[in-house]
Amino acid sequence: MNRTLGPAALALLLALGAAAGAVQPDEILPDARLETRARDISAGLRCLVCQNQSIDDSDAPLARDLRLIVRERLKAGDDDRQVLDYVVGRYGEYVLLRPVLALHTLLLWLTPLAALLLGGFGIWRLARRQPSAGQQALSPAEEAEVAALVRRD
Amino acid sequence: MLIEVGHFALALALALSLVQAIMPVWAMRSGDTALRAVATPAALGAFACVLFAFAALTYAHATSDFSVQNVVENSHTTKPFLYKLSGVWGNHEGSMLLWILILALFGALVAVARDSVPTVLRANTLAVQGLVTFVFVLFLITTSNPFARANPAPMEGNDLNPLLQDFGLAVHPPLLYVGYVGFSITFAFAIAALIDGRIDAVWARAVRPWTLIAWSFLTLGIAMGSYWAYYELGWGGWWFWDPVENASLMPWLAGTALLHSTVVMEKRDALKVWTVLLAILTFSLSLLGTFIVRSGVLTSVHTFATDPTRGVFILAILILFIGGSLALFAWRAPMLRQGGLFAPISREGALVMNNLFLAAGCTTVFVGTLYPLFLEMLTSEKISVGPPFFNATFVPIAIPLLLIVPFGQTLAWKRGDVHAASQRLFAALGLALAIGLAVLALTWGGPVLAPVGIGLGAYLILGAAMEIISRARGYGGNRARTIRDVARRAAGMPRSAWGTALAHAGVGILVLGIAAQGWATEGLSNVKPGETLASGPYVATLERVGPRQGENYAETTAFLTIRNKAGDVVGTTETGKRFYPSRKMTVTESGLLTLGVSQVYASLGEVMPDGSIGLRLYYKPLVLLIWIGCLVMAIGGFVSLTDRRMRVGAPKRAKAKPLPNAVPAE
Repeated sequence: MNRTLGPAALALLLALGAAAGAVQPDEILPDARLETRARDISAGLRCLVCQNQSIDDSDAPLARDLRLIVRERLKAGDDDRQVLDYVVGRYGEYVLLRPVLALHTLLLWLTPLAALLLGGFGIWRLARRQPSAGQQALSPAEEAEVAALVRRD
Repeated sequence: MLIEVGHFALALALALSLVQAIMPVWAMRSGDTALRAVATPAALGAFACVLFAFAALTYAHATSDFSVQNVVENSHTTKPFLYKLSGVWGNHEGSMLLWILILALFGALVAVARDSVPTVLRANTLAVQGLVTFVFVLFLITTSNPFARANPAPMEGNDLNPLLQDFGLAVHPPLLYVGYVGFSITFAFAIAALIDGRIDAVWARAVRPWTLIAWSFLTLGIAMGSYWAYYELGWGGWWFWDPVENASLMPWLAGTALLHSTVVMEKRDALKVWTVLLAILTFSLSLLGTFIVRSGVLTSVHTFATDPTRGVFILAILILFIGGSLALFAWRAPMLRQGGLFAPISREGALVMNNLFLAAGCTTVFVGTLYPLFLEMLTSEKISVGPPFFNATFVPIAIPLLLIVPFGQTLAWKRGDVHAASQRLFAALGLALAIGLAVLALTWGGPVLAPVGIGLGAYLILGAAMEIISRARGYGGNRARTIRDVARRAAGMPRSAWGTALAHAGVGILVLGIAAQGWATEGLSNVKPGETLASGPYVATLERVGPRQGENYAETTAFLTIRNKAGDVVGTTETGKRFYPSRKMTVTESGLLTLGVSQVYASLGEVMPDGSIGLRLYYKPLVLLIWIGCLVMAIGGFVSLTDRRMRVGAPKRAKAKPLPNAVPAE
C-alpha cells in the first residue's frame, strides 16, 4: 500500500493492475552482496511521485523502474557512488534523501553543531553572570495570596 | 435543524471567547472585580457551545445525514459505526472542531481551577486562552464550516479514505490534540507572565501540571500514530521522519525541555526567561504542526483537503501568535528578574544540559523539515531531506542526552559531586556494560550498533531503578536496615520521584526496542499455497488464499501458519488486500503475530495469475518495546501528576477538601 499517492496516480496504478508492495521477488539479484548494496542505495533514493518515501518502500511503478536501474548499474560493475551519480544525473538532486554537502545545503548540515555551540555559549554566559540585585517586590495583597497558596500545599 | 443550531452554537462560542479574551484584561486595568468574574462563565459557556456543536456534527455522522456536506464527503451508509464516529475528525473541518473542543475544554478547566493560581495570573491566562479560542473558531466558521449543507442531498456519501478506516483514527488525533492544545495553557501562562512583567516559582508550579498533562498525552498520541503507521502502511517501519511526524516531534522535544526547565525554575528560581521562551516555542511548534498538517504545504495522507485560503488564514494565525508572542517576549523578557545561580555540576546543571540537547535536537528537526521548502522558495532548487539526514544528525545529539539522564537524577541540587554520583551509578553502568558486551558476544557477526543500543537502554532502566533504590536506602546514619524499611520508604517517596523514574525507564525501554530493530529480518518471495517463506527464526507456510467479504470491502486473504525453526507451530496470521468499492481503493492489511514483545509481520503483495502471491515476512524482535516504552513514559507523567505538589492547579480538588495535615513542599 502506498500512503501518499494522489487519487489520480492511484487510479492509474489500479488501471495498470500493479498494486503491490515495494521490492518485488523478481527484482532481487542472485548475488546476495550486490542485492544488499542495492537495498542500501535504494533506501537513500526518493520515490519521485511519492511524498517522503524511498524507492525501497514505495510500490509506485516509477520506484520500481528506479530500483531496476540501480540493480542494472550494480550489475554493470558501478560502485555505490557511481550509481548515485548516475541516478542524480538523470533525476536531479531531489532524488537524494540525504542531501549533498554543498554551498546551498551548508546551513542545513551546520545546524545541529551550530545549535549546540550557540546553546553552549549561552549557558557559559549564564553560568558566569552574577545574580542581579534588583527585584520587584510583591504587594502586601500578593504576599498574602502567595502565603495562602504555600500554606495550603 | 440540529445542524443549524450547531452552527449557531459555534457563532455563540466565537462571541463568548471574545468576551473571555477582553473582559479579564479590561477588569485588571479598571480594577472591576465583578467584570473580572465574567471570564469564568464565558469560558464555561464557550466550552458548552463548542461541545454542543461537536455533538451536533457527531449526530449527523452517526445517522449518515447526507444533507450535510461534511458527512457526504467523508461517510457512507455501509461504513462501520465506529468509523462513522471517528470519521467526525477524519477530515479537515471535523478535526479542527475537535481541536477547538479540546482548546475550549482546557479554557474551562483553567476557569474552574479557582484559587490555585494568583488572581492576576489567572485573569491574564484566561484572556490569552480566550483569544486563541476566538481566532480558531473564527478560522473554522469563515474557512472550514463543518455545518455546510449539501443541496440537493445525495443518496450516498463518498466514504472515508480507507486508510483512515482504522481504530487508530479513533484514538490518535484526540490524544495528539490534547497534547498540542494542552500546551496552549502553558503558552497562555507565559504570555500572562510577560504582560504582568513578573514570574516566579509560583508560576512554575501553576504551569507544571498543565505541561505534564499535555506532554503525557502528546507522548501517547505520537506513539499511537507510530504504531498505526507501523501496522497500516505495510512495510513495518515505525518512524519515517515524515514532515507530519516531525511536526508532532518538535513540540514534544520542546515540551520535554519545558517539563525539565520548570523543575529548575520551581526548585532553584533559575532559567526563568528561558522557560518562558520555551513555553512560547512549544505552543508555537504545536501551531506550526497544525499548519504543516492542515495547510497542504506538504501534501500527504494527513492533509484531508488542500485549500489555499485556509493556508493563508493559518499562516496569519501563526504570524499573530508566534510573531506577537515573540515580540512581546523581546519587549518584556528583559524586565523579568533573573534567578539564582548554579554550579555546572549539579542537578540543575544536568537539567540545563538536557535543555541544550533537546533544543538542539528540536532545531535540527525544525531546520531539516523546513529547509527544502525555504530553499525552493528562495533559489527554486529542489532538494530532499529524508531519514538518512535525520539519522545522521539527530541520533548523535540524542545519545549524549540519554547518557546524562541517570546523572541528572543522581546529582544533588546546587552543588553536585560527579564522583559520588558515578559511584552510585557504578552498579548501573557496570551492569549495562556487561549486558551490552554479552549481547555483542551472543550476536557476534551481526550489527554492532544494536548491542550498544541495548547497553544504553539497560543503563537508562537500571539508572532509574537505582535512583529509587538508593534514595529509599538513604545515606549515612539514615541508612535503612532491612528490605522492608527500603520498601516502606520507597512507597513513601513523592509521586513525582516515581514519575521521573518511570518516565526515564520508559525512555530506556524505547531505546531497547529501537536497538533491537538492528536484528530485524526480512523474507521476500513468491509463494504458492503449501509453500514456505523464512525470516529470522520463523517460517511461514501459506495455507491458502481466498476471498473474504467485509462490511464495506472485499478482501483477498492469505492464511499463514507460523512455525519456529524446530517445526513447531507458534501461531497463525492472515494478511490481505482490501478493495473498497466506494472509493475504488485497495489497502494492504498486514498480518501480525505477537510473540511476547516480538512480532512476526506478514504483508501480502501481488496476487499472480498462477495462484502464487508475493509475500513479505518480517521478524521484528522486541518491536513492541518501542511503544511500551512510550506508554511507560506517559504513565510516568500521569504518576507525577498525582503528586501532592501538583494539587495546585488541579481543578477544584484542592478547594473542595483542604488537606488536614499539610506537608511542606519539597
